[in-house]
Amino acid sequence: MAVDHRAEVLAATDVGRALTRVAHEIVERNSGVAGLVLVGMQRGGVWIAEEIARCISRFEGQVEVPVGSIDVSMYRDDIALRPVVPAAVTDIPVDITGNTVVLVDDVLYTGRTVRAALDALLDHGRPRAVQLAVLVDRGHRELPIRPDFVGKNIPTHLSDEVDASMTGVYVISAPIEQAAGKKAVS
Amino acid sequence: MKHLLSIEELTTAQLTSLLDLTDHMVEISGRAVPKVPALRGRTVASVFFEDSTRTRLSFETAAKRLSADTMTFNVGTSSVNKGESLRDTIETLSAMGVDAFVVRHKWSGVPHMITEWTDASVINAGDGWHQHPTQALLDCHTITRSFGCGNDLSGRTVAIVGDVKHSRVARSNIKAFTMLGAEVVLVAPRTLLPPEFIDWPVRTVDALDDVVGDIDVLYLLRMQRERMDAALVPSLGEYSARFGLTPHRARQLKQDALVLHAGPLNRGVEILVDPADLPGSRILEQVRTGVSARMSVLYTVLSGGSVPPTGGAE
Repeated sequence: MAVDHRAEVLAATDVGRALTRVAHEIVERNSGVAGLVLVGMQRGGVWIAEEIARCISRFEGQVEVPVGSIDVSMYRDDIALRPVVPAAVTDIPVDITGNTVVLVDDVLYTGRTVRAALDALLDHGRPRAVQLAVLVDRGHRELPIRPDFVGKNIPTHLSDEVDASMTGVYVISAPIEQAAGKKAVS
Repeated sequence: MKHLLSIEELTTAQLTSLLDLTDHMVEISGRAVPKVPALRGRTVASVFFEDSTRTRLSFETAAKRLSADTMTFNVGTSSVNKGESLRDTIETLSAMGVDAFVVRHKWSGVPHMITEWTDASVINAGDGWHQHPTQALLDCHTITRSFGCGNDLSGRTVAIVGDVKHSRVARSNIKAFTMLGAEVVLVAPRTLLPPEFIDWPVRTVDALDDVVGDIDVLYLLRMQRERMDAALVPSLGEYSARFGLTPHRARQLKQDALVLHAGPLNRGVEILVDPADLPGSRILEQVRTGVSARMSVLYTVLSGGSVPPTGGAE
């Protein structure tokens, strides 16, 4: 049967709870919100950065944490290996020099996008520190990159796809290819 | 997209994606350190068989902002003077490892010919009277972003004034503006319209006064004195009187009308006011945008992967 298997691992409410906890952890780790800047990675990380900022202003009172977005296409290591097309234009509304930047993405996988994002970010200034928050860590790192804040650790197969949005997190696996792959290995 | 030879060969989707990519390049160009590592290790050779200041420097700046290496071929001090053929020149440069050629030549079709002699990408930086696609791209970006109208020029009228016949800028722009939905009016004496204009999707008038108050964009072409091999206009003075942007005509322009010129300016011929005094002038903006538009083209032709997207590479 060539049917994709789509499993829900986080429902919409779980996503909300996970991000609320991540928001608390960010404030706790940094002893407040002074000098904090959230930067969402285009595209998947942008709504998460905005959601975390909303959570923070909900429980910290009238504080506004600046939120930016960053496109990392021009810094990727696979340009010309596959078509790399930028998403939306980078927009970092404050000077990040001397501030603590929390990079935010939806799914952490190989770590290559985060590597590119670090280079992209450092072209905009010299932050005091950079931390990494992700909604899902699916494993399979190819670079020494470690997240500081994780919504949910989800073990996955290499051939799986992870679909993360406000409405939930799903793991999509292709059973046919998986079966064929297992045979080839054994 | 491997080459950019003319606007004609682009689909509207390709044109608008180049314009959107230019927005990214504008952001990069506006940074304190306007440089990204995207094209590290690539080599861009500019091969100009015709004089140019802004286009050549614009391409070289664009290549450097994307971290590509640049080579400049200067025809005046090259082996072309010892009789080396165009083909041998290109093959020699290719052998040194060139990934993209930026070519300008006085003969139409030379960039296309060069694609047959090299595996590298070829970008047309102006060939004879034929095409100047990056100029059209930067003009479209300048106009659409000035109006804040996305990539849509429908309902807007662009007047292209002057020597259409000898103008590759006009040929590329007529196509590009119409692709984005604009209405194009050519304002020129019959002697400066090419015979093929009757097949173009344009209207023509023979005096600037007929349209100056109704248009959204006034695009002035340079009188190309170096290409004038016949008496096509009685005198430059008479040309200015009928087609030049005089202070009187400048006052008749609509409040939000834009004035563009591909440069270099022939002050006193096609433009008789100081562009600095024109609120709608985008002439320097065109030059600024030019670098970003060429970054967009270089990135597009040099980053096109041969491997299909793998997906799931978060």
